[in-house]
Amino acid sequence: MSPDTSPQPTADGSPARDAAAPLPRNVGAPPLRDIGAPLPRDIGASPPGEIEDALLPPAHPDPMLEPSHQPPTPGPAPTKAEPSSAAGRAGDVSTIKVGPEIRLEGLRAFYGSSEQVKGIDLRFPPNQVTAIIGPSGCGKSTMVRCINRMHEEIPGARAEGRVLLDDLDVYAPSVDVIAVRRAVGMVFQKPNPFPTMSIFDNVASGLRLTIARSRRGELHSRVEAALRSAGLWEEVHDRLSTPGIGLSGGQQQRLCIARSLAVDPEVLLMDEPCSALDPIATLRIEELIAKLKQRVTIVIVTHNMQQAARVADRTAFMLGGQLVEVGDTSEIFTNPGDPRTEEYVTGKFG
Amino acid sequence: MSAHRAAPDRIARFAVSPRRRRTDKAARVLLLAATLIALVPLVLIVYYLLHEGLSAWSPSFFTTDPTGSTFFGGSSIGGIKSAIIGTIVMVALASAIAIPIGIGVALWLVEYGRESWFAHTVRFFVDVLTGVPSIVFGLFIYIVLVLGTGSSYAGYKGSLALSLLMLPVVIRSAEVILLLVPSALRESALALGAARWKVIFRIVLPTALTGMLTGVLLAVARAAGETAPLLFTAGHTNQSTLNLGQFMNSLPYQIYNDVISPTPAVVNRAWGAALTLVAMILILNLLARLLARRSRLA
Repeated sequence: MSPDTSPQPTADGSPARDAAAPLPRNVGAPPLRDIGAPLPRDIGASPPGEIEDALLPPAHPDPMLEPSHQPPTPGPAPTKAEPSSAAGRAGDVSTIKVGPEIRLEGLRAFYGSSEQVKGIDLRFPPNQVTAIIGPSGCGKSTMVRCINRMHEEIPGARAEGRVLLDDLDVYAPSVDVIAVRRAVGMVFQKPNPFPTMSIFDNVASGLRLTIARSRRGELHSRVEAALRSAGLWEEVHDRLSTPGIGLSGGQQQRLCIARSLAVDPEVLLMDEPCSALDPIATLRIEELIAKLKQRVTIVIVTHNMQQAARVADRTAFMLGGQLVEVGDTSEIFTNPGDPRTEEYVTGKFG
Repeated sequence: MSAHRAAPDRIARFAVSPRRRRTDKAARVLLLAATLIALVPLVLIVYYLLHEGLSAWSPSFFTTDPTGSTFFGGSSIGGIKSAIIGTIVMVALASAIAIPIGIGVALWLVEYGRESWFAHTVRFFVDVLTGVPSIVFGLFIYIVLVLGTGSSYAGYKGSLALSLLMLPVVIRSAEVILLLVPSALRESALALGAARWKVIFRIVLPTALTGMLTGVLLAVARAAGETAPLLFTAGHTNQSTLNLGQFMNSLPYQIYNDVISPTPAVVNRAWGAALTLVAMILILNLLARLLARRSRLA
């Protein structure tokens, strides 16, 4: 946490909400560098207890996470600040968090000279689940991988256009790609826990890989919170030190979700997260998605149209690298505006 | 085309023809013969090593230096302590040089160089180096570090020659194992927001480590058995020393020296030293296999 982003308690003890200070939801996740602070955003004041299951990671500012950056805080001393901000944040557990809105503007993605995503404009509303459907090779995964800039990891791949997270372009030249990926978590098609690590270490890996040093107790509580959020804690709490690859496929995928949640992302990208799972494990993941959208914006790529219908608030249909149609899920499945969408969702092709 | 329907005996349809039966038998016998022929020298080597070498082994064989006196034979010729120490010290230094550099090169090739022209050039030269005769590495060090500096032989020069020999083996074996690490692991670590170097050192390397050890240990074993790179780099001495700046004895060199002696006891010492060397390499190989069995990738 860099000094300028620590929530400074104001006189009334609540976190400052001016443009210079990020929202509490950014605490624990480094800011996107050099692209200004996130816009102020209303924190929903929902009644307590609504999302108790989705335990949020410890909310107070984590001075121990990047000790080298710990500022000699001007104004209120950190020790004094902590109780008040912790109190302010304690309310967050029962408060719906606000994920960012994602907007794609003229997004094009290439592998070498072949264009896989051909200019897409698309908006993902905050705290909603948007499903991307379309036949194989239509560019769904490529498009989603542009949002956390994983697309460019493939040799010869590049992207053009803009991807805005709350008006911050993740492709702006000054943006640190690592900071983008911390804010935008990703779950892959095949469960892929790190094979050399235990269940605990797998979940802690995100924190250990991205943050200089973590205090043990802090790490443990965040791992537990992430595992609870992923609905895995009850099943694994008594064998946290056993290898992560010893779990079943569905548990492994939830472990991977927990691993992503541990770094407290604002967006969760899911690239066919259930395609390697049996129906029961799939159901559990879908229930989880419904719960998680209260704290993150979710984009899910799926081949399974029933799944899209079950989990998604909005559905986008892609074909040949282009967006055909996007709208409310019920609209897309019952009354699509484009004949190609209708043909696809009724199983005439794809 | 209804021959099978015409056949009176339906079983005969599937019967193997006598001709195919004969060809099969001939192929079997030929291949078995090749295997047996290859086994003959292997068995003989092990037999002679044990037969001749074990008689040379005694506690003092391992704890005394060669005396240099070969005329009277018997116990006055001494043991092979300096050779064992020299081999261990020089190979250890060579490993300390070649293994980190080799794994570093392999990591670069797999994680950064990938399909670039430079990576392909590096791979080409590594392959060429693998095929270079070991004496050429000795010659290179001799020209550069002995003639070039006008100084004498030294243990560290032998180590450098051995490390050059090990380097291509380490690079190629490590690269193969690193390529086996699923790219999904790299991707998920990168997607967590980890820096590339952290992904490499915290995820890729630990995953590949046990697999790489196998190749590394084989490279070490190869270096330990080489005489040629040491002939005019480390030289020969009878005295035990840990000083890498001085002449240093080694097992292969000791064998090379002893086996041409007219004194039977000295030739016998060569057998004992050879058995010692084989035993050391065997232990290394067994270690490598044990580690490979524990590896998640092998």
